[in-house]
Amino acid sequence: MDVIQQELLAQVAGLHEVPEGAYNIRANGEMAGRNTTANIDIITKTDRSGIDIKIKPGTRGESVHIPVVLSQSGLQESVYNDFFVGEDCDITIIAGCGIHNSGDQASEHSGIHRFFVDKNARVRYVEKHYGSGDGNGERVMNPTTEIHLAQGASLEMETVQIKGIDSTRRVTTASVEEGASLTIKEKIMTHGKQVAETDFTVDMEGEDSSVNLISRSVAREQSRQVFRSRINGNASCHGHSECDAIIMDEASVSAIPELTANDIDANLIHEAAIGKIAGEQLIKLMTLGLTEKEAEEQIVKGFLK
Amino acid sequence: MLELKNISFQAEDGGKEIEILRNVNLTLEDQFVAVTGPNGSGKSTLAKIVAGILTPTEGQILLDGVDITEKSITERAKLGIGFAFQQPVRFKGITVKDMLSIAAGKETAVSEVCSMLSEVGLCARDYVNREINASLSGGELKRIEIAMLMARKSKVSIFDEPEAGIDLWSFQNLIRVFEKMHEEIRGTILIISHQERILNIADQIVLLADGRIKKVGSREEIMPGLLGAGQPCKTLTDKL
Repeated sequence: MDVIQQELLAQVAGLHEVPEGAYNIRANGEMAGRNTTANIDIITKTDRSGIDIKIKPGTRGESVHIPVVLSQSGLQESVYNDFFVGEDCDITIIAGCGIHNSGDQASEHSGIHRFFVDKNARVRYVEKHYGSGDGNGERVMNPTTEIHLAQGASLEMETVQIKGIDSTRRVTTASVEEGASLTIKEKIMTHGKQVAETDFTVDMEGEDSSVNLISRSVAREQSRQVFRSRINGNASCHGHSECDAIIMDEASVSAIPELTANDIDANLIHEAAIGKIAGEQLIKLMTLGLTEKEAEEQIVKGFLK
Repeated sequence: MLELKNISFQAEDGGKEIEILRNVNLTLEDQFVAVTGPNGSGKSTLAKIVAGILTPTEGQILLDGVDITEKSITERAKLGIGFAFQQPVRFKGITVKDMLSIAAGKETAVSEVCSMLSEVGLCARDYVNREINASLSGGELKRIEIAMLMARKSKVSIFDEPEAGIDLWSFQNLIRVFEKMHEEIRGTILIISHQERILNIADQIVLLADGRIKKVGSREEIMPGLLGAGQPCKTLTDKL
């Protein structure tokens, strides 16, 4: 792996060397490394590009890293990764995609991740997106995530996109069964002429299921963001979504919530707040000796922490 | 030493010019000064003008003989003017430790944060990593606001109604904070307050009314008149 790819890997997966536990590293469309463990198997799909990750029931405290890096300008790929998490597992999955494009052609990665989480299993899923390179070629990323939580299962997803992705459309769908819970925390910062669209659809199918969608974003310069969340309460459940955005310069942010209760005991809440940085916050930090610019950076940094 | 020369401030309200401060002249030595007066007398406006948050319509502000009237908020902060807000500001994601570090102008260790917070009656263990957001009560925020100003060690420290909302924490502690700051920094401590107990420890009291200075003097000179002026009417005294 070359220096650029190593840098991308460090950005998206925090990896500086070969990770512990199971991993699969994909670089410019090719497998660049793989390790399996007694409990976690990784199998290349035969019908299309991608892998199956199979985690044995009862696997606890293990992690799976599946980073993707693209440094070849103009490369466009769609990758299908399926995770099968057995009953009573407690595991961490770290995915992420880094694109370095110094050419003039668009580089595009579409990752389609499906999670089949069995009864009472717990999954922490971390996903980071990062782009670099000074070429005119766009860096495009369209992650699709499909989550199925069986009875009592839980999944916590953290997704972060702070820098360098020109265009992204992230679609997440989930079905949540009895007693299962889903938490999604999204952090996005866009600048320049970037476009970021987020689209969540969650079907609450079982008694006592719960979902919590939290999006924090900062839109600077002429960038555009759209946050869409659809929660369908088909049983007694708790659904909450929250979109909190700071808008700067000439940016634009839309928050489009849609709540549907199909059960009298479905409890659904949406909160959205979009606004510029409060003047009094800037003033407070300026009375502590920061310049207006430094104050702004401090507020944004805290907000996305 | 802080000097205000002929400070006036006008604001617009519904297309009408309203005079908030008029010809305020004041010289503040390195001592404990309390500014008091009825609501709407211009006390907070005066404090904001000193901090640079508001620009006076007329007049000059001098810090140690240097004209700072045209200086920005940031420049004044760097020159040694600190300001604790009447209503502290909340920040999502910024922790108590982050804010105290910004205030101190350097990365502060947990032990330092601990000593700063203990001065205002808070235990660092409970607060150091708390975000300065809506999860903190008004009283907690107020104390953190005071701790931030202590951390700055400014030549001129302005507190806008520091006593508001901290009733559960003893008053005596608040007064000790001011005394300690005064001892350590030997600067000017300017406190806007209605509280008799705070006025009682001031070296100098400034009485504002209708945007003008009505009286300036030692507490012995000002206090008796103040208490008399505030006599409630008979309907109220009958009920007391």
